[in-house]
Amino acid sequence: MSVILKTDKLRVEFKSREFRQSPKVALSGLDLEVGTGEVFGFLGPNGAGKTTTINVLLGFVQPTSGAAALFGIDVRQPIARQRIGYLPEMTYYYKFLSAEELLRFYAKIFGLPRNETDKRIAQLLKLVELEHASKRQIKTYSKGMQQRVGLAQALINNPDLLVLDEPTSGLDPVGRMKVREIIQRLKNEGKTVFFASHELGEVETVCDRVAIISEGELKAIGRVSEIVAQHPSLEKAFLEVIGYKPQLA
Amino acid sequence: MRTIFALAGVVIKELYRRKDFYVLFILTIVICVIMASVNIFNDNQIVRYLKELCLLLIWISSLVIAITTTARQIPAEREQRTLLPLLAKPLTRTQLILGKFLGCWLACGLVLICFYVFFGALAASREHAWPLLSYFQAAILHWMALGVVIAMTLLGSLVFAAPSSNSTICFVLVATILCVGRYLDAVALTLGEPLRSVIYAFYYAIPHVEIPFEMRNLIVHDWPLIGWKFIGLDILYLLAYMAIFLVAACLVFRRKPVN
Ligand SMILES: Nc1ncnc2c1ncn2[C@@H]1O[C@H](COP(=O)(O)OP(=O)(O)OP(=O)(O)O)[C@@H](O)[C@H]1O
Ligand SMILES: [Mg+2]
Repeated sequence: MSVILKTDKLRVEFKSREFRQSPKVALSGLDLEVGTGEVFGFLGPNGAGKTTTINVLLGFVQPTSGAAALFGIDVRQPIARQRIGYLPEMTYYYKFLSAEELLRFYAKIFGLPRNETDKRIAQLLKLVELEHASKRQIKTYSKGMQQRVGLAQALINNPDLLVLDEPTSGLDPVGRMKVREIIQRLKNEGKTVFFASHELGEVETVCDRVAIISEGELKAIGRVSEIVAQHPSLEKAFLEVIGYKPQLA
Repeated sequence: MRTIFALAGVVIKELYRRKDFYVLFILTIVICVIMASVNIFNDNQIVRYLKELCLLLIWISSLVIAITTTARQIPAEREQRTLLPLLAKPLTRTQLILGKFLGCWLACGLVLICFYVFFGALAASREHAWPLLSYFQAAILHWMALGVVIAMTLLGSLVFAAPSSNSTICFVLVATILCVGRYLDAVALTLGEPLRSVIYAFYYAIPHVEIPFEMRNLIVHDWPLIGWKFIGLDILYLLAYMAIFLVAACLVFRRKPVN
C-alpha cells in the first residue's frame, strides 16, 4: 500500500490582527499518512484544525513550517491537484450557471476531452440525482441539492483521492445515506477518501482508519475497530481522547 | 490557454445573464434615440452635437459596465466561496487572473460592438453615410482603453477590500485621466519645482487612455482617418499598460491568503 497523502510536522499559525498578540496556532506538529484505497476519517471538535489541514493540502494556506504532499508531489504545485476531488465545507457555486454548465466548466479546467465530458456529466448527474434539475440555474436549488452539486463537481475528474470537508452537513437522512453509499462505492473502486466529519456513526460505518485532533494536535490515530475495541463506543473514545469531562455528575 | 478561455466563458455568461447590464444598455440606447428624434433645424451643427453626446454616453456606459463587472469578479468569488472549489482544480492563480481579465475584456468588446453598430445606424439615419473605417479606428482604440481600465480595476479589486470603493476609485481615476491627463504637462510647465517634477512624473506614468477618448472627434467632425501606424503604436502602448497591471495583479494575488 503506497502513501497517497502525507503531512510532515505540519504547523500553521494565523497572525492575529491585533497589535502584539501572539499568533493563533491552528495546527502544530501534525503527522498524517493515508494509504491508497483507504477511507480515512478526520475527527475533532469545532475549531480543532480540520478545515485548516484540508486547506493546507489544497494549497490554500501556506504552512508556517513542515510540509504536505499528495501523490508524493508537494501541495504547492498545481499539478498535485490533478487527480483529486474536493468538496469544501460550505459551498456555493456560480448561481447563474446550471449544474450541467458548472460541471462542464470544471471539466474544461481539468482538460477532459469533450465526448468523455458528456458521458461523465450524465453519469454524475444520475449519481447525485439531479438529472431533472440539470438545466436550471443553481440559484434555484435547495441546500441539499447544492451539496449534491458539490459532490458531483468533486468527482468530475474521476479522482483517485477525494478530500471531503463535512460532506453530509445539511443533508437529510436519505441524503446522508446516499453520500455514505457513494463513499462505499468509491472505496470498492479502489479510490482513497479523506474526510472530515462530526458524524461519528457515519465515520464508524464507512472508515477504515480515523485520526482525532484537538487544538491542532493529533490525539489519536488508528483503525476504527481498534479504537472501538478499547472503548464502549467511538463517541466515548472521541470524548475521552479530546479530554472532555462531563459537566453533570 | 484552455483554462483561461473556460474562465472567460463563465464571466461572459454571467454578464449576459445579469439584468443590470441590459438596463444600462437599453437606457443608453433610449436616450440616444430620443435625442436623435429631436428634430430642431436639421442642420449640420445639430447632428454633430447629437453624435458627440451619443458617443460620450457610450463611453460612460462602457466604462461603467467595464468597471463594475471587473470590480465584482474576485470579491464575489471570495464571498460566495466559489474560489475554493475553483482553486482546488489544477490551475494556477495567474491563469485565474488572466481568465478573469480576458472574460471581462471580451465581454466589453461585445458590448462595444453593439454600441457602435447602434451608433452607426443612428448616424446613418440622419446623414446617410457609413464611415466604417473611422468607426473601426475609434472602436478598436476604445476597446484597448477599456482593456487598460479593466486590468487596473482587477488590480484594484485585489488591493481594496470592498468592490464599491474600488469601483469608485477606479472611476474617479479614469475620469480624471480622461479630463485632465492630456494637460498635465502644460500644467507642470506653469508650476515651480519640486511640484513640476512630480506632475511630470505623473504625466509620464499614467496610462493615457484619453487618446482613444479623443478619437470621438474623428467621427463627430468627419475628420480623415488617423494613420494606421499611429493606431498601431497606440495599441502597443495600451497593451503595455495592460501587461503591467496584470503582472502586478498576479503578484498581489499570489501572496493573498484564500480566506
Ligand atoms: N483565516 C484564519 N485566520 C485566523 N484564524 C483562523 C483562520 N482560519 C482558521 N482559524 C483558526 O484556526 C483554528 C482551526 O480552525 P478550523 O477551521 O481548521 O477548525 P475545524 O476543525 O474545521 O472546525 P469545525 O469543525 O468547526 O469546522 C480555529 O481556532 C480558527 O479560529
Ligand atoms: Mg471545519
